[in-house]
Amino acid sequence: MDNKYDVLVIGCGVIGAATAFELSKYDLKAAVIERGNDVSLGTTKANSAIIHAGYDPESGTLMAKLNVRGSEMAADICEKLDVPYRRNGAMVVAFTDDEVQTLKGLYTRGTVNGVKGLRVLTGEEAKEREPGLSSEVKGALYAPTSAIVSPWEYCLAMAETAVINGTELMLNTEVTAIEREGDLWKVITNKDEYFAPYVVNAAGVDAISVHNMAAPQKYVSKPRRGEYFLLDKAEGSRTDHTIFQCPNEDGKGVLVTPTVHGNLLVGPNSENVEWDDTANTTAGLNFVREKAKKSIPGIMFNKSIRNFAGVRATTDCKDFIIEEAAPGFIDCAGICSPGLSAAPAIGEYAVELLEMSGLKTVQKENFVYERKRIRFNELSDEEKAELVKEDPSYGRVICRCETVTEGEILECFRRPIPPVSIDGVKRRVGTGMGRCQGGFCGPRISELFVEDKGYKVTEVLQDRAGSEMFVGKTKEGR
Amino acid sequence: MYDVIVIGGGPAGMAAACAAHDSGLRNILIVERDVELGGILNQCIHNGFGLGYFKEQLTGPEYAHRFIERVERKGIQIMLDTMVLDLSSEEAEGGKGPSKKIVTVVGKETGFRKLEAKSVILAMGCRERTRGAINTPGMRPAGVLTAGAAQRYVNVDGYMPGKRVVILGSGDIGLIMARRMTLEGAKVLACVEVMPFCGGLARNVVQCLDDFGIPLYLSHTVTDIKGKDRIQQVVVSKVDDKMRPIPGTEMYFDCDTLLLSVGLIPENELSLKAGIKVDPKSNGTVVHENMETTVEGFFACGNVAHVHDLVDNVTREAEKAGKAAAEYVLSNYYTLWLQNQICDGCGTSTYFRKKGDIVKFLPPSPDGAAFKMGKNEVICTVCPNGCHLKVDVEHDYKVTGNGCPKGKAYGKAEFTNPTRVVTSTVKLKAAGENEALDTRIPVKTSNPIPKTKIMDLMKLVDEIELTERPEIGTVLIRDVLGLDSNLIVTKG
Repeated sequence: MDNKYDVLVIGCGVIGAATAFELSKYDLKAAVIERGNDVSLGTTKANSAIIHAGYDPESGTLMAKLNVRGSEMAADICEKLDVPYRRNGAMVVAFTDDEVQTLKGLYTRGTVNGVKGLRVLTGEEAKEREPGLSSEVKGALYAPTSAIVSPWEYCLAMAETAVINGTELMLNTEVTAIEREGDLWKVITNKDEYFAPYVVNAAGVDAISVHNMAAPQKYVSKPRRGEYFLLDKAEGSRTDHTIFQCPNEDGKGVLVTPTVHGNLLVGPNSENVEWDDTANTTAGLNFVREKAKKSIPGIMFNKSIRNFAGVRATTDCKDFIIEEAAPGFIDCAGICSPGLSAAPAIGEYAVELLEMSGLKTVQKENFVYERKRIRFNELSDEEKAELVKEDPSYGRVICRCETVTEGEILECFRRPIPPVSIDGVKRRVGTGMGRCQGGFCGPRISELFVEDKGYKVTEVLQDRAGSEMFVGKTKEGR
Repeated sequence: MYDVIVIGGGPAGMAAACAAHDSGLRNILIVERDVELGGILNQCIHNGFGLGYFKEQLTGPEYAHRFIERVERKGIQIMLDTMVLDLSSEEAEGGKGPSKKIVTVVGKETGFRKLEAKSVILAMGCRERTRGAINTPGMRPAGVLTAGAAQRYVNVDGYMPGKRVVILGSGDIGLIMARRMTLEGAKVLACVEVMPFCGGLARNVVQCLDDFGIPLYLSHTVTDIKGKDRIQQVVVSKVDDKMRPIPGTEMYFDCDTLLLSVGLIPENELSLKAGIKVDPKSNGTVVHENMETTVEGFFACGNVAHVHDLVDNVTREAEKAGKAAAEYVLSNYYTLWLQNQICDGCGTSTYFRKKGDIVKFLPPSPDGAAFKMGKNEVICTVCPNGCHLKVDVEHDYKVTGNGCPKGKAYGKAEFTNPTRVVTSTVKLKAAGENEALDTRIPVKTSNPIPKTKIMDLMKLVDEIELTERPEIGTVLIRDVLGLDSNLIVTKG
């Protein structure tokens, strides 16, 4: 039976990708079902882009365990799979004596959780390390293992590696129902029906709905939105560490951090939303701006180049929900923060649960664990000269803000998971990430979709299906 | 070693290179990232350029063409499809004499090279402010784009971004695109400006909005954008005198496109690499009166120095920069520069722009009126001055308020037979099957035609299909619609 698999993974955000990556190490017939036209389209592409150290989650929880483990795994995965990653360290800053006490609590919790290198700093010590901090800062918890990462490249790299190692990726495939048929799960989609004894539910904000297709309702989805500012690279060195404020019941509060791409990222707030509502609001942005200035007063918000919002997959359960919901059906639900940090550990744990449920795993002998891509901008002068001589398409700069060349775009067109949209190209090679936000390179990339991929004008997408860039050519259909 | 390398082959770069040549330099190079010279003028197919410099109305490509011819005639070297990656200078040997400037370039044909020059003229132009810079709330669907990007899509690629359009900001490109989208069959629902006055030139409000009945909402802004994948609606609210939206004043526009025309920012990231001082507020290059920057031997002109309303002024400024670069190279200008620098504190050299003067929101008329014209009043669109004319309809259309005789004729015509020069594009078929590869060639009417005939003309224009690239000036339709005007090609 063609449609029968050993394992089906639902969703290809960073959790689905990490699970698929883990599964692809074994001789299994596995597939990932993703409703979007690309991987990494949900919460994975809109978050703080931090690999947290792991002092924040309550000790003994899955969050604590998987965060610390995931954070350890991230460095190796990012190195092997060529994902931008930097261990820049974080500080949680305190403004009052009460908050200084909170820091001590975090220190203890972190140490119990197994976080290495934690230290409590005085206000002066903190400002010595990070001169941009407010003079109001009375102390800080310093976490040297905290890192920054490119979340969508992290997800893409793991998904690509899974595909290279034989995992099937079905895009534009939406699960509509799940039924039990004998010993198998029948996963019904808008495309076809697929069968497997084992299913991993990694559907992000919709994981609770997917759970409810296969098992009785247990938890309630309570999505929470966070809004952000992304600032120009001119502000990118405003802080080198990731700066947190003391956590409260809404989460870790507003942070200020450099990104691996050299920008400054500021956010998020935390607000209940009814659905996957990623709109920005004036109130939300104002809140973020005011809070961030408390940590680092000098941030120049007139250097903002983009706002965005992401929705956390929070539920009424305080911990991650990673459990066998029905025979062979593993939920990865409620993966809010620190979900990105924990991702590879969640993938690993999900596979452990599958094994406990009876999945037979045999290590693949020829598992491919490497990935490389050319970043023109990061090459030395000699390497640039050599590369352009070899392939002149690397000599044409398409995105002038980020110095991304035609060669890099054409190369990503030919990778195992090629982009189908302008934003898909952006997530792969960084075009349009800069200060003009695609004003100059958007037309050139649209042209490349037309010239190289043979798209019709009306097929060029900004991002998801339904995000057509153009209604047609001029001179038509007046 | 080049005498001068000009970075950017738009109007500023070309005029600067020509002026440097006229002042005696011979080894001149223009580095241009696009595959042709002309810069942003190539997509500005409307007319109104050149009135100051050439004393006639030209379209953008025609204005560019005149300079492209000059550049070629003078034997100025050109490197097309080539991007400058880095800019630096090395001290001269022994610390004496002018520094050596190093320009790192890359291009498909050019390869990766480090070029050397005695002087450099920066003419990189500007970029548009984006949604992220003004923090417009709402969803982030497709169909929200800057007016300049839309201009390229429509005029060069022939891609139509949408059919129901709202424009945020009343900058000139936004106004121009209101007309362009309308001529191409879209419905422009509104132009929304947060300030109590219009950002663009008066003539553009008259010719691009009023002519087509497009409302301009001053003191309004977009307060929400709806639509998850493609934009479906924008919410527009009135703002108070502190530019805060007033609840209860919301208007809802169902649209598939939101164009942003909210200002321009000089593109000076390269200048910073050479250690050149850039005004933190305006992002314009800080220049001396001769257009020399704060680093010896580097000059700046055009929109990289500050954003201009008119290309004619860019050209004049660029000529100044070209001349100064030639003087720097030919005379022992190094010393002069030092003297100039010494005088920095006593006012010899000045910041080109006042602090905080980021985007020019000039009122359209001395009284700041928002084009609420009285009966029998019109704004003259013959030149960018935008004189407010009063026309006495009962006494042979006697015109007052005009600054020149042309205004007199214009005022009368507006009340008897208003006419306009129409600019658009025609289809140029590409070889092969994929229609997406067809491009567009800009055209204009050689004479103004009656306003009432504009849409009839557009129907004819839309039917034209060229299979070969025509010469500039080629007549496509003679005496079009019997209106004593030819439809001619405006780009070579």
